[in-house]
Order: sequence, then structure tokens, then C-alpha cells
Amino acid sequence: MPEVLVISGKGGTGKTSLTGAFAHLAQSKVICDLDVDAPDLHLLLRPRPRRTEEFYSGNLAVIAPERCTGCGECQARCRYGAVREKDGVYSIAPLGCEGCKVCVHFCPAQAIDFPVRHCGQWQVSDTRLGTLVHAQLFPGQENSGRLVALLRQQARELARAQGAELILSDGPPGIGCPVISSLSGTDLAVVVTEPTLSGIHDLERVAELCRHFRVPAAVIVNRYDLNLEHSQAIGRWCADNGLGLPARLPHDPAFTEAMVRQQTITEYKQSPLTDEIRRAWSQITSLAGLPKAA
Amino acid sequence: MILAVASGKGGTGKTTVAASLALSWPGPVTAVDLDVEEPNLHLLLHPQTTGGQTAYMEVPQARQERCTACGACAELCQYKAVSLLGEVLLTFPEMCHGCGGCLAVCPAEALTPGQREMGQVLWGRAGELAVYQGRLRVGEAMSPPLMRRVMAKVQADGAAAAGDVIIDAPPGVSCPAVTAASQAQAILLVTEPTPFGLYDFRLAWQAFAPLERPLAAVINRAGVGDRKAYAFCADHGIPILAEIPYDRTVAEAYSRGVPACRASAELAGLFRRLAQDCQALVGGREAAHA
Repeated sequence: MPEVLVISGKGGTGKTSLTGAFAHLAQSKVICDLDVDAPDLHLLLRPRPRRTEEFYSGNLAVIAPERCTGCGECQARCRYGAVREKDGVYSIAPLGCEGCKVCVHFCPAQAIDFPVRHCGQWQVSDTRLGTLVHAQLFPGQENSGRLVALLRQQARELARAQGAELILSDGPPGIGCPVISSLSGTDLAVVVTEPTLSGIHDLERVAELCRHFRVPAAVIVNRYDLNLEHSQAIGRWCADNGLGLPARLPHDPAFTEAMVRQQTITEYKQSPLTDEIRRAWSQITSLAGLPKAA
Repeated sequence: MILAVASGKGGTGKTTVAASLALSWPGPVTAVDLDVEEPNLHLLLHPQTTGGQTAYMEVPQARQERCTACGACAELCQYKAVSLLGEVLLTFPEMCHGCGGCLAVCPAEALTPGQREMGQVLWGRAGELAVYQGRLRVGEAMSPPLMRRVMAKVQADGAAAAGDVIIDAPPGVSCPAVTAASQAQAILLVTEPTPFGLYDFRLAWQAFAPLERPLAAVINRAGVGDRKAYAFCADHGIPILAEIPYDRTVAEAYSRGVPACRASAELAGLFRRLAQDCQALVGGREAAHA
């Protein structure tokens, strides 16, 4: 069953608003929010949690002061600058700790504990548009790549059990760990960009990442009317690089109005914009190898 | 002082605020792009690049002939970057976090230091302004090590001693964003008054408040969405230092690589005042503690 991932490189291009619209238009699907760091899709879908699980990943080094002799070996070994010393008392900044265990291993007094790190929560929820798999990493945590992989695994199992035709995912911004984890092995990446210098720059990098992981990509230019010259340049660039361009969408305050009403744009109102989004979705389904909607 | 311009949500105007602040700053200032996954600050500041270096992470290389198959390296490694398959020593450099544990623990020197390219550290000037950026290699998963390398270069060049430093932080609230914010003495959060903006702003506040730095907000695209971001700031004692009204001409200027402070005379004045208020963030706190 195909997996379609909506990403952007640059944040704030309209990725989540479009994923919401596609979730409304897709027939039989499991919806997945892979932006576990700053997830927003639930604000449109108003999920009712069916299942909530804690997410633990990696470990955290914690100095036990009663066993610490203050030798400083941990500070000398730590490559992340996470060990602090104040008046001869050593401690480890949790946000700086990479969980590598080096200080734990080399501490001559065995004074460093290594508890499992509680990083967040994930949920399977019912929504009016179908099942949503989503999560919230606790602020400041790492390992979001592992949480992304876990959500994708859950979404696949649910999709199989429900006989869904599609997994539709909202991806994180950027090109780092969580994006790589979202992208690898997915069937189609839909890259939402805007005709700004930043949008073009970030599109090129995220498209290179898609090539690197051999994931086919298609591009949607949002707010194309902000700069027609750049929009045309993106169109030419897509043609030269063999990327599909399912839609160019105008800037429209209706996106924000729908968001304030906790609706997807296609639920909110019918307009030339939503007609264009419907056409885009129809092209995306054929690019992803899905059967045509009736 | 070092000021980080951050946001929970992407695309709220973080980079245009950082660039505009740097251009409006009263005194010597260095602009640093720590959004190494998608660095955009140079697209608004247009610096002439004067130098750069490739940044590497130290990763293990296997020397099978020396390996005694004791397994100490694989036992210590938390990232599955070293393993023993029977008596065959395998390394997976892409998985390595560069902690150096396997190199230190091997009793037989069967692991030797190798390198993985993380990306580039670049520097240059835009007029009076010194500009630094990190560019993560496409395919590299880990951004915090490169971010630390960029800041090490900024510190080595004495930028923080010569004046103030403005950091353009990556979006989000997980380890890359916190790595950037923890380099700073004060944090300026840029948000937009929409439900997505508010949700991510709240996460950002939760992530950065434990750093115990002075924290203030800028509301971008004021006039769209709703008023809930204002209520959140009031309830949590977060001063709103500026409101940038939504204006299509600002967005069009941005699309051409023109930062907000150059889009109109009103905005030029707004950013001059904002720069002064940001400078006072650290001073004000020190005075309050005196």
C-alpha cells in the first residue's frame, strides 16, 4: 500500500494545511503526523485518542552526588560539553546529554546512573477523516527519528488491519534526522514550496535528499502569485529535474480562516483554490499508483 | 551578548527578523545561521563569502587484524555503529554520534579514528556585518555537532568579544533548536497569531524556559488569525517587543531576498526600536538581579 509524505524543507509553506486537505479528499487511508517535534495536524482533525503510549528512547547519564569523588573524569571524556562543575560538584545537563554512556563506563567510582529516557507520547486516534497516528515529543528531547520510525510502523499495521489503500503523512521541516526517518522507503514525497529565495533554496536541498534516498518527488508551489518570476523558475527547474508539478496555489487567507475554525480548507469552503487542490490530489494519487477516485 | 532568534513553528519569519535585527543593530554585530539543515540567512544578508572549512565528525574505522573480538566496543556503543559478527568487526559510520567511546574502550587499538563529513562552516561579510553559516551535508542526519562547530568558529574569531551575536536558530523545539538557544544569553521567539503558531509557540516556551534566559516575543503577520497568542504571552509574563503587521508587500520583498527592515520606513523604525529592546533584555535582567 502506497505511502505519501508531504514535506517542505522550509517551514511554514503550508505543508500541514495541505496534508489536512488531502486527508479530507483521500478515500481509504491512515493519516500520520510525523512532525513529532511540533505537530499541528491534530489542530485541524481534533482527534479522540483510542490508545496512548509512552515513548522511551535511549538513556540519560545522571551523577549520584553521594558516590561522586569529584575526579572530573566524566567532564574530560564528554564530547558534548554536558558535564558541569560548580565548586567541585559535578552534574550533567540533561538537554546536553547524548546518552552515549562513555562517562558511565569510565567513571572510576561507578557514580553515574544511566536511566532510560522518557521522551514523549504517541497516540492512535479517531478523527472525522479517519484514523490518525500521532505523537508529541517532550520539548527539548532528541531521538525523534526513532519515534518517526515507530509511528510509521504503527500506521502500516493499522492500514493493513483496516484494508486502507494509503498512508498519508505530514512530515517535519528540514533535511535532518526526522526527515530522513520519514522519507526512507516512502513511495512519493510531495514537496510544498513557495516562490521565495528561501523556498527555492530549501526545495533544492530537500529534492536532493529525496534523490539520495531514491524517493520520487512532486512539487506544489504555494502562494505562487507572491512572485511570478520565481514561480516560473521553479516550474522550469522541476521540468529539468523530472519532478511532477501537480499544482500552483494562490495566496489565500482562507487557509488561516479554516485553521482558526479547526477545519481543512476543502471542508471550509468551495472555491477555485479548493478546485485546484482537488486536481492536485487527483494527480498525486495517480503518481502514487492509487486507483482513481470514483 | 548573544541573542537567539527562534520559533516553534517554521516559516513564522524567524530569519527575516534575525536579518533585520542584524542590519538595525546599534553597534558591532555578527549574524550566525545555525539553521544548518536549511540555512537561509545569507539569502537576506547577501554576504561575500571569504572563507570556509569542511567539518568532520570523528568516527571509528575497523582494523580487523588487531581485533581480539572481545566485544567491548559493541557493548558500549549506544547507536549500533560498531558490532561484532562472529569475529568480524563491523563499523557503521553513518550511525555514529562521535562520542569516542569505542576508540577509548578498545584494548587492542583495533579501532582507529576516521572521519565523516558533517557539512560546511562558511564565513564572510556583508558590509560592516560579519556573517557565519553552517550547511549540513545533504544525507547527514545529525545537525547539533555541526552547529557546535559553527559556534566554536564564531568564538575562536572573537566575535562575541568584539560585539554582539545574533543567532538564527532552526525551527522546532527538539535537540537542534535547544542546542542553538542554549548558546545564547537571551531568546527572541517569533510567532504568528494562528492556531498552529500558538501551539508551537507554547512548545517553544516549554522547551526554552528551563534554560533560564530572558525570553521575549515578536508577533509577525499581526492581524491574521486570532488573539490567543497575545493572551498566552500575558498569562506567562512574556513581553511582546514588536508586532509586525501582515503586509503583502513585505512578503513580496522577502521573496526577492529583501529583509523586512528594508521593506518600508515604518519597518526600518520598528526594527531599530526592537534592536534596542533586545539589547536591553540582558542588561535589564542583570540590573534586576543586582
